[in-house]
Amino acid sequence: MTRTARRGLALATAITLLVASAACTGDDGGGGGGPVPGVTDTEIVVGTHMPLTGPASAGYSKIAPATKAYFDHVNANGGVHGRKITYKIMDDGYNPANTQQVVRQLVLQDKVFAILNGLGTPTHTGVLDFLKSNRVPDLFVASGSRSWDQPDRYPGTFGFNPDYTVEGKILAQHVKTSLPGRKVCFLGQDDDFGRDSLVGVEKVLGAGAVTAKQTYVTSNTNVAPQIGAFKAAGCQVVILATVPGFTALAVGTAARLNFKPQWLVSNVGADHPTLAKQLGAAAGLLEGMVGANYLPMQNDAADPWIQLFTKVNKEYNGDAPFDGNTVYGMAVGYLFVQVLLAAGKDLTREAVTEAVRKGGYQGPGLAPLRYSDTDHSGYGGQRLTRVSGGTQAYFGPTYETDEGDGPVREHTAPPVAPPANGVPTAS
Amino acid sequence: MSATRAVTPPDTEARVDRAGPAEPRLGSTLLRHLGLAAVAALLLVAASYGLEPFRNFQLATVAAYLCATAGLTVLTGLNGQLSLGHGALMATGAYTVALCQNAFADAGMTGGWLLPVSLGAAVLAALVVGAVVGVAAARLRGPYLAGVTLAVAVVVPALTVTFDGVFNGEQGLAVPVEPPPVALGAYFPYERWQLWVTAAATLLALLLLANLVRSRYGRTFRAVRDDEVAARLAGIHVARTQVLAFVVSAAGAGLGGALLAVLAQSVSPGAFSLTLSLFLLMAVVIGGLGSLAGAAWGAVLLVALPDLTHALTEQLTLSPAVAQRVEGNLPLAIFGITLVVVMIAAPGGVQGLLSRLSRAVSARRASRQRS
Repeated sequence: MTRTARRGLALATAITLLVASAACTGDDGGGGGGPVPGVTDTEIVVGTHMPLTGPASAGYSKIAPATKAYFDHVNANGGVHGRKITYKIMDDGYNPANTQQVVRQLVLQDKVFAILNGLGTPTHTGVLDFLKSNRVPDLFVASGSRSWDQPDRYPGTFGFNPDYTVEGKILAQHVKTSLPGRKVCFLGQDDDFGRDSLVGVEKVLGAGAVTAKQTYVTSNTNVAPQIGAFKAAGCQVVILATVPGFTALAVGTAARLNFKPQWLVSNVGADHPTLAKQLGAAAGLLEGMVGANYLPMQNDAADPWIQLFTKVNKEYNGDAPFDGNTVYGMAVGYLFVQVLLAAGKDLTREAVTEAVRKGGYQGPGLAPLRYSDTDHSGYGGQRLTRVSGGTQAYFGPTYETDEGDGPVREHTAPPVAPPANGVPTAS
Repeated sequence: MSATRAVTPPDTEARVDRAGPAEPRLGSTLLRHLGLAAVAALLLVAASYGLEPFRNFQLATVAAYLCATAGLTVLTGLNGQLSLGHGALMATGAYTVALCQNAFADAGMTGGWLLPVSLGAAVLAALVVGAVVGVAAARLRGPYLAGVTLAVAVVVPALTVTFDGVFNGEQGLAVPVEPPPVALGAYFPYERWQLWVTAAATLLALLLLANLVRSRYGRTFRAVRDDEVAARLAGIHVARTQVLAFVVSAAGAGLGGALLAVLAQSVSPGAFSLTLSLFLLMAVVIGGLGSLAGAAWGAVLLVALPDLTHALTEQLTLSPAVAQRVEGNLPLAIFGITLVVVMIAAPGGVQGLLSRLSRAVSARRASRQRS
């Protein structure tokens, strides 16, 4: 009896104390008027989710470290408006369930100012609503899904890559003009990435023009059934909407089945150094592969942007192997710094999204960036690449188009040169 | 039945066979459990006001996992059946909630009663799957049982990819969840509301489980675990008892999965991989198989461990390449090492260790009073 009484008293005391302490802390809803999350006079904290491990880590795991290296370069040159940029990189393993966890940690615990360049169509789709309800700027998503371009529904979300439908149209245009009359087949990831890409292909070639359509899932690394189906259907051209690991798998599997079509590959799965590393001794199979890209080619030593990024890579990224992912990561960093400059010294979340909407940014990209009040998609075009003699190089003009039924047009504006010290200045 | 006895933690037998506590308990079991639940509810409400939003979210995640680990404790700890497929049962609940909530949203229905209905449907769906698996499991022992449940753990997530028209493959489904009721105020933190919802559901589930464990059914569960022949001689229908234990346990897992889906506002097969099933089992073993309190320790561990390893990797200044590899694999390694250490040092798990300590302290106090 006495023990029960004692226990009850102890519990009651504990509860009273807890409630009292809770009442003292009160609510810090983080509403307007207070300090901006992740921003002090000397620092801006931004975060990202990336596949550092898992099925999509091949190549992609190098993007965020490259962005971080570029930020370190900017920080060494005085930062932006006197603030240094801190970049928190979280691994989600390309697993949408993990993305939910790590993005919550970034936003709620680490109190990041913005999410930058979160990677992946299936992964990032799951956190759009969470970021919106917490009013976190969701900048330059590393994917070409059309989901990022919904200004009314997700006012704070902006894309970066050309969207997959635009890309599908450009790849299909190449088939139409250079490979007419061939049997075209399509392998895509079993989510919005593959679906959006196929929509673009069929817009140009017509709905019935694709002979065989197959999908793959990242959890199953056997694509023999799909490639076998292509071989059986007599495909001559295969368009791939695949991440690098699965581009390599498709090419390798086809070679094993003695099937040698003309490959056309999405920009997110066509980086030659990444694929060559994946295939190892079989890298020769990539000969003749047509890809797409919209940033300076990683092996073009004459390009001033590549010279700049190589220097930054040497100084701040431990001289990691330099490939298309490195260029991509630094291009994202450059654009983010431009936007921060445009947002002004009095940095708020509203100011940053407003600055992106204003648009007019020019950087390393060959195609124009489209940001405006009504358009939240990123780059609006691409140029085709081909692997010949073991090196990947651009050929032909840069194309631009829309995700609708607009024509595929040539884009002729010349590229701009980088600033002398590699840090943009407020225009 | 050595295979079933093998999963009986040594500590439980001693505790279960003791004839009640030192002094007669007050009132009925039901009242005592209700009191405990009320106290826990009060504590949680206080905590939801005292903690940061992210901690609230984590606590809500612990609550969701607790439903599953409590169910698994009943199955493995009390009934002696091993299950490597509880992640799949969680997936069943999670996808049911997603499909229900999407159906309601498409039909344009709104209201606070929708979520409980969806959660109920999730529990029912997991219950049905659990009954099917349970009927098979009741005929199997030891490694064969492990094999079947392992197959379930692999097959169910694969179904979502096979029937991607319904389940949207690996991208999974969004789970539309309504914001907190307006009555709570316009700026009521969403994470606090999430904690309230999950904690309410979990406390209800735990209350039912705790009563079940203390009831005649709980006794038959334990009797079947300890000696099937003796149980049969005492007139217990062994197979029926085992199926019942599996069904109860599956319902808990289904609720846990459903709550996880509600918390993340999305569901995808990656969340319910084989790894999760193994983690669940490890968590209840480390927490202590003997009691529901052990399940609570296990659930805390499931949430705290990845967080701790992340903090650890942030402290260490590693080269990017090493940090990458460590980040993904360290939680697994630590879990494994913890399991080995706990099995050597405290076979009864965390809860077993705690109860042994408290008993030692009270025994010393008693001897001191006598002298």
